[in-house]
Amino acid sequence: MSQQYIAAIDQGTTSSRCIVFDHDGSIVSVAQKEHRQIFPKPGWVEHDAEEIWDNVLDVVHGALSKMSITVHDLVAVGITNQRETTVVWDRATGKPVHNAIVWQDTRTDQLVRELGGDAGQDRFRELCGLPLATYFAGPKARWLLDHVPGLRERAEVGEVLFGTMDTWLIWKLTGRHVTDVTNASRTMLMNLATLDWDDTLLDAIGVPRAMLPEIRSSAEVYGTATGTLAGLPVASALGDQQAALFGQTCYSPGEGKCTYGTGSFLLLNTGDKPVKSVNGLLTTVGYKIGDEPATYALEGAIAVTGALVQWFRDKVGLIASAPEIETLARTVEDNGGCYFVPAFSGLFAPHWRSDARGVIAGLTGYIDKGHIARAVLEATAWQTREVVDAMNVDSGVELTTLKVDGGMTANNLLMQFLSDVLDVPVVRPIIAETTCLGAAYAAGLATGFWSDTETLRENWHKAAEWLPSMEERARGKGYRKWKKAVERSMDWIDEDDKED
Amino acid sequence: MPGLIQSIERAAAVLRLLASGARKMGVGELATALDLPKGTVHGILRTLQHVGFVEQSPDTGKYQLGPALFHIGSSYLDGNELRTRALNWSDSLAGRSRESVRIGTLHEGQVLVVHHVFRPDNSSQVLEVGALLPAHASALGKVLLANDPVGELGEQPLARFTEATVTEPERLAEALEDVRRRGWAADLEELVEGEVSLAAPIRDRRTVTVGAIGVSGPVERLCDSAGEPRTDLVSYVREAARAISRELGAIPW
Repeated sequence: MSQQYIAAIDQGTTSSRCIVFDHDGSIVSVAQKEHRQIFPKPGWVEHDAEEIWDNVLDVVHGALSKMSITVHDLVAVGITNQRETTVVWDRATGKPVHNAIVWQDTRTDQLVRELGGDAGQDRFRELCGLPLATYFAGPKARWLLDHVPGLRERAEVGEVLFGTMDTWLIWKLTGRHVTDVTNASRTMLMNLATLDWDDTLLDAIGVPRAMLPEIRSSAEVYGTATGTLAGLPVASALGDQQAALFGQTCYSPGEGKCTYGTGSFLLLNTGDKPVKSVNGLLTTVGYKIGDEPATYALEGAIAVTGALVQWFRDKVGLIASAPEIETLARTVEDNGGCYFVPAFSGLFAPHWRSDARGVIAGLTGYIDKGHIARAVLEATAWQTREVVDAMNVDSGVELTTLKVDGGMTANNLLMQFLSDVLDVPVVRPIIAETTCLGAAYAAGLATGFWSDTETLRENWHKAAEWLPSMEERARGKGYRKWKKAVERSMDWIDEDDKED
Repeated sequence: MPGLIQSIERAAAVLRLLASGARKMGVGELATALDLPKGTVHGILRTLQHVGFVEQSPDTGKYQLGPALFHIGSSYLDGNELRTRALNWSDSLAGRSRESVRIGTLHEGQVLVVHHVFRPDNSSQVLEVGALLPAHASALGKVLLANDPVGELGEQPLARFTEATVTEPERLAEALEDVRRRGWAADLEELVEGEVSLAAPIRDRRTVTVGAIGVSGPVERLCDSAGEPRTDLVSYVREAARAISRELGAIPW
C-alpha cells in the first residue's frame, strides 16, 4: 500500500499555505502564496476573499505536485486560519458582498465604544469571555450590515452568509455553512458556556442569526470537497492560535505555548472550565475533539511582533529580508537605551488601548540603526513578558517553561533575549510549523489516521532550548524602561483623528 | 543576437568566485582559478572596484564583494536568512534521522554553525549556533571545501584530532574529489572518537554552494555493521539539502 498523508491549509494574514505531513508528523511538502493587503484608509485592512480562495486551491495543488502525489494520497485536509477576519457572501452566487475585513482593522473603534456604553469594555465578558475591541468578528459583521446598502434586510432572510475564513473555505470546498467552536469563540456572538450563538449577544451587537453558520467541533468530517479536490474529506478547523496550541500538544491544564508570527499569541490550556481574566487576557475555546467536552484556554494577544520586523524591512528599508534583522542587531551589544513600542493599531493584551500609537523612546545621538534593530526585536520579548505576568496572576500558576513556535523562533538573538527577560527556559519543538501541524493532527484524529492524543504527544520533541542568562538587575531596569515607553504610547489618538 | 562581450563574462566569473563568500581572494588566486592572465584580472578588479562591486582590503590587498553589490539583488545570503529558509527541512531531517542536525557555512577556513536542531529524544542538549568546527575533520567542512571554487584547504598543517583525522593535504584532496563526485561527505570518527557525521551541499539559484547540512551522532547509530554510513541516513541528508536548495531557487522543479 502506498504511503498516506494529511494536508493542512493555513489561511494566514499575509499568505495561504498548504503543508503535507506524514504519519510521524514530519513535513513532506510545502507550498505558499501571498495575497494582497488592501489598505483603503489609515487603520483599515481588507483582503479579497476570492483571491484567497484561488490561492488556497493553488497551494494545495502546488504542495501535491511538488511531491508528485494526488489528492487520493491524502486521508483528509484540515483547516487553520487567521481568526476574526470577517467575510459576508451571497448564498446564491457565492460572491462576497464586500472585501473581507481583517482582524487588524480598526474601523469598528467607534462602534465598539458605543456597544460598551456605560458598562464599558467588559460589558459582554461574562458571556463570551472577550472585551469589546475592534479585533473581534461580530462588530465587523455589524459594520458591514450598517454600511453595505440593503445587506441587513438580506441577512435577516438568510440570503447572505457570515463567516470567518474557516467558514468561507469550508463553504467553498464542500458547500456546507459551518464553523468550529474556536473560530466561533472569537466573534463575541457565542456563549462560552453553551457553545452556541447567544440571543443576548446577537441582539446587542445586531447580527441576525439567519446569516450565521452552524457551530461544530474542531475535529470532525464537515463534508467532502467537490471540484478539483473532489472526494477529499475536510476534517478539522481551528483558529490559527488554537491550532498551534493543539500542534504543540498542550493537552493538559497548565500547558501553554506562544506563537511568534505577524502578531504573537500566548495560549494556556485551562481544562474543561473557562477561566475569567481580570488582567486583560481573553477567555477562549482551545479545541473540541468530536463529541468530547471542549477544552478552554486563556489567551494573551499581542498585535504587532513579526509585523514590526516586516515594517522595518519594507518601510524603513535597512534590511532586505526579515532574518537580516538579526545580523544588523548583532552589530551592537545592546539597545543603547532605545525602546520601540509598536502600537500601530493600538495595544492589545494586557492593555487593550485603541488610542495608543507607536513610539520609539530613549533616542539620543548615540543610537544607530543597530540599536533600533535591537529595539525592534526586543519589543517582541517585552510584550511577551507583560502577557506572561498577566497569565501568571489570572491562572494562579507560574509559568516555568515557554514553548514557542512560528517563524520568529529562527531568530536566536530574540529567543535568547526572550528567555532572559522571562527568566525561564524557552523551548522550540521539532516542528516549528505547529499551526499547520495542529490542523493536521485534528483532521487525523477525526479520520482515524492517528488514534489518540497520546500518540501525538510522542511526536513532540525539543529542537532547541535557550536558557536565561541575564542578571536580575538588568532585567528589572529593562522592564521598567519598557513600561515607561508603553505609557508614552497611550492617549495619542484624539476625537478629530477619527473624522479624517 | 549581438555577440557576447568577453570582458563582462570574465567580470561575472570574478564576482561569482568572490560570491562563494568563503574568504577574501588575491589577484593571483583569482587568475589561477579562472585561468586568465594576472593583468587581465587586475583590470577587471579595478573596474569592479570603481563601481563599488568589489572592495580591496587595505591590509592584505585581497578582494571581496563590495557593499553596492549586496544592495542590487537579494542574491546575498546571510547566515540568519539561511537558517530561516532551512528551518522546516532541518526539523524534518532531525525527525526522520532521529539525530541532531547542523547547518554550516565556511568562515575564514572553518565551519561556522548557523543552525542546530537537537536530537529528538528530549535529552538535555546545548544549542551550538555560533560554534566553529575544523573544516577538514567534519562532514560539513568537507562538503564546503569540496565545493569551494578554489578548493583551499584551510590552515596548514592540518590539525589531528583522532587516529582517523585526515592530515595529509594529498589524501584530503582525494577525499574532497570523492565528495564532489558522489555529492555528500562523511567524517568517520575524524573529529571525535566514536562520533560520525554526514553532510550534503545546499546550493542557491546561482548553483553556488552556500552552506552544508548534516547529521551527527555515535558510530553505532550512523554506520552499518561494515562501518559504512547507513544509506538511509545519507539519503535523508541529501533530500534535506535538495529541499533547501529548491527553497533557495537552485532547482527549478
